[in-house]
Amino acid sequence: MATRLQFENNCEVGVFSKLTNAYCLVAIGGSENFYSAFESELADVIPIVKTSIGGTRIIGRLCAGNKNGLLVPHTTTDQELQHLRNSLPDRVVVQRIDERLSALGNCIACNDHVALAHTDLDKETEEIIADVLGVEVFRQTIAGNILVGSYCALSNRGGMVHPHTSVEDLDELSTLLQVPLVAGTVNRGSEVIAAGMTVNDWTSFCGSDTTATELSVIDSIFKLREAQPSSIVDEMRKSLIDTYV
Amino acid sequence: MSVMDESGMFKVQQTIGSVLCCKCGVPMPPNAANMCVNCLRSEVDITEGLQKSIQIFYCPECTCYLQPPKTWIKAQWESKELLTFCIKRLKNLNKVKLKNAEFVWTEPHSKRIKVKLTVQAEVLNGAVLEQSYPVEYTVRDNLCESCSRFQANPDQWVASVQLRQHVSHRRTFFYLEQLILRHDAASRAIRIQQVDQGIDFFFGNKSHANSFVEFLRKVVPIEYRQDQQLVSHDVKSSLYNYKYTYSVKICPVCREDLVCLPSKVASGLGNLGPLVVCTKVSDNITLLDPRTLRCAFLDARQYWRSGFRSALTSRQLVKYFVFDVESPVGEATVGGQKYALSYVQIARESDIGKMFYVQTHLGHILKPGDQALGYDIYGANVNDNEMEKYRLSVKNGLPEAILIKKCYEEQRERKQKKPRNWKLKSLPMEMDDSRGRVDPEKTDKEYEEFLRDLEENPELRFNISLYKDKDYQASETASMTDGEGAPTVPIEELLADLDLSEEEEDDDDEENMAE
Repeated sequence: MATRLQFENNCEVGVFSKLTNAYCLVAIGGSENFYSAFESELADVIPIVKTSIGGTRIIGRLCAGNKNGLLVPHTTTDQELQHLRNSLPDRVVVQRIDERLSALGNCIACNDHVALAHTDLDKETEEIIADVLGVEVFRQTIAGNILVGSYCALSNRGGMVHPHTSVEDLDELSTLLQVPLVAGTVNRGSEVIAAGMTVNDWTSFCGSDTTATELSVIDSIFKLREAQPSSIVDEMRKSLIDTYV
Repeated sequence: MSVMDESGMFKVQQTIGSVLCCKCGVPMPPNAANMCVNCLRSEVDITEGLQKSIQIFYCPECTCYLQPPKTWIKAQWESKELLTFCIKRLKNLNKVKLKNAEFVWTEPHSKRIKVKLTVQAEVLNGAVLEQSYPVEYTVRDNLCESCSRFQANPDQWVASVQLRQHVSHRRTFFYLEQLILRHDAASRAIRIQQVDQGIDFFFGNKSHANSFVEFLRKVVPIEYRQDQQLVSHDVKSSLYNYKYTYSVKICPVCREDLVCLPSKVASGLGNLGPLVVCTKVSDNITLLDPRTLRCAFLDARQYWRSGFRSALTSRQLVKYFVFDVESPVGEATVGGQKYALSYVQIARESDIGKMFYVQTHLGHILKPGDQALGYDIYGANVNDNEMEKYRLSVKNGLPEAILIKKCYEEQRERKQKKPRNWKLKSLPMEMDDSRGRVDPEKTDKEYEEFLRDLEENPELRFNISLYKDKDYQASETASMTDGEGAPTVPIEELLADLDLSEEEEDDDDEENMAE
């Protein structure tokens, strides 16, 4: 079920948090509201880690990870790296990489099996991604934008991309990623999907500006409402463009 | 699906998918705001801050609208000019782009004008939104300055031209009337009044009067002066309101007059024999010496320097019978007119017994048995100083008679008053009966003579428009081959009178063939 929240009155939730199937990272805010919202949903299931990266709070856009590992940019300090290594489960490999494009969250969109990468990423980085995260890496663009990490939110069950993506592109990406994709918006028509929301296999968090329509689209594409009677889901499906492989 | 572009690369055809509007959930093609048009309209109002109602002033007399501070723009109801004017009056319209404007129908006497404007503006993140909205104009009646001035005093004129010619006939004014009609020179006159020895023209504007005087200067030799009278005076802004009067004098020497030139003028013109005949008056006066067939031209300035008057005018023309015409001793062509100098034997109609043997310049048209009109110097008592001086100075005495033109009286009587197939238009003049009696019979006779003059002289007709008389029917009984008939106007020179009524369709017979 999708939840609406705000980080210090800002609706760009995906900027200040990173959610995967094994852990969750949140930024350090003035009040504890942001953290407690995550806690109420995820408390007993996965660890929620408060951190900063390179002294900044925009951790969601700087790091990329899935249940297998976490990649952080070269700007991460040693203390932060150590803190992460300590707090996260041992299975998760935390790796700091030296990459010119240091906003890894904007450059890499990944789930547990497959990842989309910025076209200008180093060959080395690509290899590290494949290694650490255990995924297959594809260099792609979304609707002509090279920042795939910003314009695509991905989970193991579905994905949402930039609203201007053409039908052919959607087909192609869906084939690559092997999940159903939809072109949609978040936060009242914002096109930067991954900055406006964060998602894993059973829950998602969106900015509080997200309209009911957008929320229902998110719920259906990421399959967040298993308990719903199937007729409503079917009805929704008719009005959406899904691409099944 | 794939398309080869110019570089030879395969380009996949891109079909735009559809997303749901983030507000209402209706599927729509994605746009910059990712909201459907209705949701966007409900979110953002681009007409916010634009004027929706405004007041304009209208003058019902001259159908003009006020553009402050002072200009009045003439525009018809629901016309293009009115639309432009209405849009100009709106402030703030430069913030948005105007796409379309049109009138919405309102009842004319509701005093409201409704205009529907379609504007485009950029909203949110680059989406361009187009919206229509109505603007209501409240029309308030307000007489414009000139109309209110006119209402207060309808006879108000600002400039007047007083045209005078100090002669005893009105021939010049008949001719001038036709000229003015032809050139439309008095179209802007508020009022035209006929007075003794002249005509008064009243104008609303000094420049109109000025242009009228300029027109007169080109067609007759005039002398004028301009005076002004203070009507009102605004002390604070130092604005003075005047009434201007142009006093215009036409030179009193007319066609067919006999003039005895003062010695100075005669010597100035190269010793032109002091007795001359005036043959043509336009902006110059053409003087012909009947004894030497020499012509001289005097323009207005030269004339008014000496200001001589005619010795004998056409009133004093006397009928002569021509008995014998000798062969011409000299011929000349002056100003397009042919003249031949020859000796003739003539006698006055009133006194056939007394024969005169005189020289005349009409040798080319006179034949024995003709009648001619001329000045009887032998018998006349001429009241002219110059003439007296000349009579005393010259050795052989003055010529006994000077013939001016051939007379067609007989032929006219034979025709028995056949109606003319042409007619003239006239100016709307008021008659001034305040001073002296106006003899209607005299004016009619003069007009008839003027019409005969037009028939006889093609060069007079040159500048005048003659119209076909629709009521004229060619009578079968009168024989067209009169032998030598009186001269008439050839039909090619007549214009079809342009009748703006709907029944007639006049074909434009605009072949005014001037010789």
